[in-house]
Amino acid sequence: FPGLADVSISEDIPVEGEITVPVGSRSPDEDFSTLDEPVRETIMRDLKAVGKKFVHVMYPKKSSALLRDWDLWGPLVLCVSLALMLQGGSADSKDDGGPQFAEVFVIIWFGAVVITLNSKLLGGTISFFQSLCVLGYCVLPLTVAMLVCRLVLLAGAGTVSFIIRLIVVVAMFGWSTLASTAFLADSQPPNRKALVVYPIFLFYFVISWMILTFTPQ
Amino acid sequence: IACLITHLLAEFDDAANLLAASPDATTISIDEPAEIPKNQRDRRQEPGREEDDELLGTDDSDKTELLAGQKKSAPFWTFEYYQTFFDVDTYQVLDRIKGSVFPVPGKNFVRLYIRSNPDLYGPFWICATLVFTIAVSGNLSNFFIHLGKPTYHYVPEFRKVSIAATTIYAYAWLVPLALWGFLMWRNSKVMNIVSYSFLEIVCVYGYSLFVYIPTAILWIIPQKVVRWVLMMFSLCLSGSVLVMTFWPAVRDDNRRIALATVGTVVLLHALLSVGCLAYFFDAPELDFPAPFVPVHNGTTGVTKSH
Repeated sequence: FPGLADVSISEDIPVEGEITVPVGSRSPDEDFSTLDEPVRETIMRDLKAVGKKFVHVMYPKKSSALLRDWDLWGPLVLCVSLALMLQGGSADSKDDGGPQFAEVFVIIWFGAVVITLNSKLLGGTISFFQSLCVLGYCVLPLTVAMLVCRLVLLAGAGTVSFIIRLIVVVAMFGWSTLASTAFLADSQPPNRKALVVYPIFLFYFVISWMILTFTPQ
Repeated sequence: IACLITHLLAEFDDAANLLAASPDATTISIDEPAEIPKNQRDRRQEPGREEDDELLGTDDSDKTELLAGQKKSAPFWTFEYYQTFFDVDTYQVLDRIKGSVFPVPGKNFVRLYIRSNPDLYGPFWICATLVFTIAVSGNLSNFFIHLGKPTYHYVPEFRKVSIAATTIYAYAWLVPLALWGFLMWRNSKVMNIVSYSFLEIVCVYGYSLFVYIPTAILWIIPQKVVRWVLMMFSLCLSGSVLVMTFWPAVRDDNRRIALATVGTVVLLHALLSVGCLAYFFDAPELDFPAPFVPVHNGTTGVTKSH
């Protein structure tokens, strides 16, 4: 290049720039690159998402937060705490006691999977994990009922405590079923809604039965 | 593996969305042609000619077998294949349940209600409901029977749920398998006009178990006579559904084999109900002896007298 030999760039003009290909807007990249943020922030974000879903379950409105950003942390926490609270009954040394930890776990997860498969086979448009997420989160009222039952049983195990427990469990069972139906019913074909709702009813009924029949040692 | 599973499930979503439109078309085409022969069959059955029933059953089964071939054409490893077994609406399931509880003499449950659209929804969820109903009712009944005794400590008896589940699901799926195998084997020897597919037999068995659900709830009543009357009644109802379904399938065979087959079906059904009553429900004791017999070991005295 004969003409370029004379071109010179003076030393005091800084030559700088970026040799990167622009990838659209930068904010989605910054959101997903969570590598640099402190661990506490990562955990708090997930905890807040789980907490927000708990609130949505307790006050079921037509919001799609449960469906859109599903996660299985909440159901896992609820399932484990419910199974732990169901221990310590007359199950320790007896043959005919209450459910073991593994039995509660299996019933909740296997039951949720079967109900999800059932709704998908009947032609539902919800995805597998979204449905698992909703069913798992809607166990929250029943976990609250279990907590209340254990507290009531600390006070005594007579007829009055049984009636209180019965009322609490029935109310929470109704709440769970209505909450999960509110979230799941829209994704079903209209002439099969009852076919999808009935297994959910049976599922929460079995869990309520386990809670109600819990008798301390 | 997780990526593969999520990818497969995403495909299932798409397939489910695509298939949501089509089942309506296929169900309409199957139901409407079958409606008309049914009405004709009703009118012709008044004089009591069963041969016409068989002949119309043949036509019906030919036509519906052709249509069934068109319907279940998805390969068995895809999700759509299994969706064809859940192609029922709420009113169809309710109709089938009604048909199993109120059997009309002379009408075949399979031809009348299933009509080559056997579903797995009914059998599966009726069995699940029956399992939990028997376990819960048995527990409640034992609680009420032993309520006054001072040595009684309530236990939820959760083990019995798994036993009930194994028994009922084994009955509802293995007995139809054996019966289907037997009927296929007899079909190869004797040309039977009426033959059922495996799913239709599973369907009949599943829906015939429905009448045991209210029976199990009523078995809470701690009276022996009441329980046995209920059992006889429900056995007659569900047994008649099974007999009316399977008698036409073995009628053309050797007389003794036909009677033995139908007799075995009824016997197994009776064994199931008697076994459930005996195992899950303690015998009601009208007058229990005064508890002056000292409790020997420290275990809670849940008396199980059969």
